[in-house]
Amino acid sequence: MTNFIGTDTLIEITYLTATVLFVLSLKWLSSPATARRGVFAGELGMLLAVVGTLFHHGIVDYKWIAIALVLGTIIGVPLGNVQMTAVPQRTALSHAFGALCVTLVGTSEFYLRAPDIPPFMMAVLAMEVILGSLTFTGSLMAAGKLQEILPQRPITYKGQNFVNLGLLSAAVIVAGVLVVHPEQMRLFPVLIIIPLVFGVMLIIPIGGADMPTVISLLNSYAGLSAAAMGFVLSSKLLIIAGALDGSSGFILSVIMSKAMNRSFTNVLFGGFGQIQTSAAAAQEARPVKSATPEEAAGILASASKVVIVPGYGMAVAQAQHKVRELYDSLTKRGVDVTFGIHPVAGRMPGHMNVLLAEADIPYDKLLEMDLINGDLPQTDVALVIGANDVTNPAARTDAGSPIYGMPILDVDKARTVMVIKRSMAAGFAGIDNPLYYLDRTLMLFGDAKNFVGNIVRELSGSDGHR
Amino acid sequence: MKLDLLTGLYVFMLAAFIGFEVIRRVSPLLHTPLMSLTNALDAIAVVGAIILVGEHKSNLAVILGTIAIVAATSNVVGGFIITDRMLRMFKSSGPKKL
Repeated sequence: MTNFIGTDTLIEITYLTATVLFVLSLKWLSSPATARRGVFAGELGMLLAVVGTLFHHGIVDYKWIAIALVLGTIIGVPLGNVQMTAVPQRTALSHAFGALCVTLVGTSEFYLRAPDIPPFMMAVLAMEVILGSLTFTGSLMAAGKLQEILPQRPITYKGQNFVNLGLLSAAVIVAGVLVVHPEQMRLFPVLIIIPLVFGVMLIIPIGGADMPTVISLLNSYAGLSAAAMGFVLSSKLLIIAGALDGSSGFILSVIMSKAMNRSFTNVLFGGFGQIQTSAAAAQEARPVKSATPEEAAGILASASKVVIVPGYGMAVAQAQHKVRELYDSLTKRGVDVTFGIHPVAGRMPGHMNVLLAEADIPYDKLLEMDLINGDLPQTDVALVIGANDVTNPAARTDAGSPIYGMPILDVDKARTVMVIKRSMAAGFAGIDNPLYYLDRTLMLFGDAKNFVGNIVRELSGSDGHR
Repeated sequence: MKLDLLTGLYVFMLAAFIGFEVIRRVSPLLHTPLMSLTNALDAIAVVGAIILVGEHKSNLAVILGTIAIVAATSNVVGGFIITDRMLRMFKSSGPKKL
């Protein structure tokens, strides 16, 4: 055995180094200037840890390991090369894969060790498997909704919360029984099946606007389940990586919930979509002012400060490259153009930033809500592209509105507001937006990509004006 | 090398605090890459799956473990690739320095 002690210590050293590299990796991610170094540190840490593990003395058979590593790589490469607009569903899918790995390992460990499992070990194992399975189906459902394979509208029914809480309690009770009687091995599959169903039920009532919060929450669960797996396998590296992932998901969930002025429980058990739809139906048609691309171009060209507010509609219409042309065209004329990014704009945290960066818009022009709200009263034109609720002044003024209290981008304080929108039909959340009926608001009806393209054409056609 | 419960909890708690402090400083610009990077790092769970398959203690363990390695590896590979692709796109409008 003596010669193995050396190997074990070496493996521990690779794990220790990997841990340091993981923390550095996240630290370097704090600013765009050092972020790519962060990815490199992460890759190096991962490589070290995996190679170190391959020297583990207990490993007797490499065949299946090799096959699985190759297969995983073959699946991973295309998943890393999806279009930027598909990033939210890719992220959801990767939460599902991570959770699947954790659940399968947990299941194997149970059957290898049962019935001699100490109570604490069984409790962590149960937590690993419960969190893993519910994250697996929950993330698959989220990915399906984002990919529009599944209906995006929230589906709610009477007694939904009762059913969900019932399922969760049932899983916890079964876990409790297994902690006391680990020899009841036939109960174990129940511990997987109930959370699998729970994961589906949890996401059914979630609407598209809530996706940023839900994806963050699933991220947090995936991390916690991996940390639990670390306890089961006595792996400090895994505990740490899981804790890092868990806290990252947790922080993002908190930011997202705050940006919607809602609590976790409200997002998960809210039935938000239903209330809003009925509220919108009661509204009657009011007059709005609309404008043509030509008029819009004229107003933009004579402005000195323009703020563009993008939302999910820009992503759906794939309008980000046209928006870049508009940015170029206006900047060339000496107009100061910045972008106001609401934390929950889009379908996942940071979604709009990635799309605009893809279109080559410099990141120092992408401003957070708090910064841009200070600028908006001095702004000539606020151009809203495919965003709705995050610009709704009812959140400030109307205590009866379902989004009352939510921090918004104060576009209504700009001198002129232009909103690109397909029609006056109620948006995703179904809440009426008083912004559209303001005197200073011009509605630009049409597809975001085409409309922005037309504005750009008008601008380049009238180049001699200034 | 068994890890006792208390030591494990200490490790978890300290790592969660470090994670909290470090990640709080990540600019909202980079929240999407943050999520894909932590997701790739989280796939370090592959290490547990590799040992499980390699030890070959039961057929069930090998089958489930192999699927687990495939799932985690695809997260590692895909996660790092997409994070780097996203980060390469973030450019400043300031004077170009390479």
